[in-house]
Amino acid sequence: MADRSTTTLDKVNASLARRYAKERRFRRMGLVAIATGLLFVLLLFTSIISNGYSAFWQTHVKLDITFNAEQLGIGDARDFEALSSADYAALVRASLKEIFPEVRERKERRKLYKMISTGAPLLLREMLINDPSLVGSHHAIWLPADDDIDMLVKGQIDRTLPESARRLNDQVVGWVDRLTENGVVAQLFNTTFFTAGDSREPELAGIGGAITGSFYALLVTLLLAFPIGVATAIYLEEFAPKNRWTDLIEININNLAAVPSIVFGLLGLALFINIAGLPRSAPLVGGLVLTLMTLPTIIIASRAALKSVPPSIREAAIGIGASKMQTVFHHVLPQALPGMLTGTIIGMAQALGETAPLLMIGMVAFVVDIPGGPLDPSTALPVQIFLWADSPERAFVERTSAAIMVLLAFLISMNLLAVLLRKKFERRW
Amino acid sequence: MQSTTLILILLVLMAVAFQLGRRRAYNLPGLGCICDLNSLPIYHGLYTAIWCGIPALILLGIWSSIQTPIVINLLMNDLPAAITAGLTPAELSLVLNDIRNLAYGNITSGEISPELMAAADRYNQLQQIGLAAQSIVVISLTLITTSFGWRFISPELRARNKVESVLRWLLLISSTIAILCTLGIIFAVLFESVRFFEMIPLTDFLFGLQWSPQIAIRADQVGSSGAFGAIPLFAGTLLISFIAMLVAVPVGLMAAIYLSEYASQRLRTYAKPLLEILAGIPTVVYGFFAALVVAPMIRDSAAQFGVDASSESALAAGLVMGIMLIPFISSLSDDVINAVPQALRDASLALGATHSETIRQVVIPAALPGIVGGVLLAASRAIGETMIVVMAAGLSANLTVNPLDSVTTVTVQIVTLLVGDQEFDSPKTLAAFALGLLLFLVTLVLNVVALRVVRKYREVYE
Repeated sequence: MADRSTTTLDKVNASLARRYAKERRFRRMGLVAIATGLLFVLLLFTSIISNGYSAFWQTHVKLDITFNAEQLGIGDARDFEALSSADYAALVRASLKEIFPEVRERKERRKLYKMISTGAPLLLREMLINDPSLVGSHHAIWLPADDDIDMLVKGQIDRTLPESARRLNDQVVGWVDRLTENGVVAQLFNTTFFTAGDSREPELAGIGGAITGSFYALLVTLLLAFPIGVATAIYLEEFAPKNRWTDLIEININNLAAVPSIVFGLLGLALFINIAGLPRSAPLVGGLVLTLMTLPTIIIASRAALKSVPPSIREAAIGIGASKMQTVFHHVLPQALPGMLTGTIIGMAQALGETAPLLMIGMVAFVVDIPGGPLDPSTALPVQIFLWADSPERAFVERTSAAIMVLLAFLISMNLLAVLLRKKFERRW
Repeated sequence: MQSTTLILILLVLMAVAFQLGRRRAYNLPGLGCICDLNSLPIYHGLYTAIWCGIPALILLGIWSSIQTPIVINLLMNDLPAAITAGLTPAELSLVLNDIRNLAYGNITSGEISPELMAAADRYNQLQQIGLAAQSIVVISLTLITTSFGWRFISPELRARNKVESVLRWLLLISSTIAILCTLGIIFAVLFESVRFFEMIPLTDFLFGLQWSPQIAIRADQVGSSGAFGAIPLFAGTLLISFIAMLVAVPVGLMAAIYLSEYASQRLRTYAKPLLEILAGIPTVVYGFFAALVVAPMIRDSAAQFGVDASSESALAAGLVMGIMLIPFISSLSDDVINAVPQALRDASLALGATHSETIRQVVIPAALPGIVGGVLLAASRAIGETMIVVMAAGLSANLTVNPLDSVTTVTVQIVTLLVGDQEFDSPKTLAAFALGLLLFLVTLVLNVVALRVVRKYREVYE
């Protein structure tokens, strides 16, 4: 007897080391999994931020510009017509010629002029139109540099590469170095990036138009999805009889939440554009599609919020003679509203980041103008990111990352708001 | 935007009607005390406002949807024979398009003849008349119905009950929108798909091994086969989804196990939200990350080993998609693992099992249906995911299982077929809808099964 019990115990004891090792391995695997996940978060954020932070500054060159009426080709005219069609590029050219008098060859000259952004003459034009009395005067003006120069100054173009492998040859690099030595090259805050619409020139491109488009689309979504979502939740939770019809609606909503977003895009294309004849590329259509997508999120969150209101509240209201409708709207709804708002904000955040359905309804157009209303053609912020990600210029990589940073900032602040709302109003009954 | 203004006017009128109704309830002749009223005066106000607004809104909706067809009908009947002579219906609709473009000041396709110009003017004129008539009729309708409502107000009027039943109807109508949306998806996609299958046989689509949707402009054009076999697309989708699940399931599941079984409270409070950040990042960001960081990394490291990898490899897209799905799997598994009753764990530990043995032999088997449901949901996500593959996967429909090759997916093809110009009579555009239908059906089946599995499991311990 004694012998046999010791042998069992021995067996157990002998296996213990192996089992504990297994236990440790298992634990380590769990830790590794979490570390992997966190590593991905870190990798994602560092790669985006390290690529994108520099886009918030843009290289400018200070040029001495003389608003010479002769060079502008306007003679004595000072009216809007003459000023708006004047040759402002000539001013920039003249100023550059003054700095680099030794550059004489036409081909080289052209390279020289290309150092300054093609948006610079427009800037001068705006200045002069705002204040025609500037004609004849002399000013030192910071003008945006071309994107290649910008990349060179920011160190994104490798100077050690052989000349043929670089986008800029040694001569241009020499010019930039000379300008830098003169102290007329500086990195200024890139306001264009936040105010401008799209452009083929990276230094002139901005996310202003895309943000406006996203804003209109989200406004439509909010105005439609919140009332409809809340009404649906109230009906299903408080009024609907428990029958097959409500079961069907419920299953439907759960499934709708998991339908791929691109299918909603197909729906939008077929229904809103082909059948209803709404304009393509309009934030209104984008908003309608996003409404259908966010509805399930809002409904599910609102139902959960309604469910968490204890029945005693309803019973008390009904007990003192309130009707069912009064009970819901005067007593239950106010208690559930914070939860509904939280769900709505999270749904809006999802809608803001959604891209695929917007591609289907034509919000991928190249839109330079900032949309003035929900019917103007426009893009949305994530679509702008998609468009820029395809562009070959190095400067667009930087701007794409910066646009992603702006998008993530919006998303994170929306989610934080939702968390704060929940913390502030959460009530345990 | 005339109808917007009209709706705003209606809202103002409704506010006025609300005030009128409420005042009238207070000042009803022969009313001694407010308590003689059946309902509170606010309900009389709402009652009048409903009378004012609802019929007018319904009329406005119907009118807006039928005005343009009627105008077009009138216009087509009046068109001079010089324009319409000998035209097929398709050409006629082109002419109509030109007229409308002309009327809106857009670019037209052909030359502008004086007859077209006159027709465009007439179109504008008819639309103007229609809109003017619409405003007048709608506003007079509100006045009539409001006066009705106003007249009905009496001490005996059960205003609250009536208002509440209208509200109830509104709630019911809202709840059907979800159903209408699903029906809309099915019909929109089905309708175009049927047109596609009229041109391309269903079997060619489902079992064809070749996908090249270009349609020949000339008969002898190279590569103009116009083959619509969906197998390579589904193979590509499955390859990428499989890679994604290979990343997401082990990492997500182990993370969930560690967080719910081992982790200290502090690690849980920090690590969980940090992991869930991954779920909130838009897919377009993942796509950019895949194309900018992961794909070059894979290509370079493959080159180190002397292997040739495409810069649009399935591996890159799958890997990044897997990262996206980690929090999805981990939070779903976390829920089901937490739902396993503590008594099961206690019993196992009391028998001398180590913690990991308990997890592997007791907790996981008990939670398995829920975990499987979560994995299925994640798989349906992976199949329907668009932006990552559009940005990181290729366009060429290769039938391969090599993860370093470039493959294309269903969603990528839908996007490439539909972005840009669309002609809704060519199989190229319609193919996107057929693909969409397949995608919808596949994900629907996965979701239904997954939700079933999850729900069934939940019932066990409750």
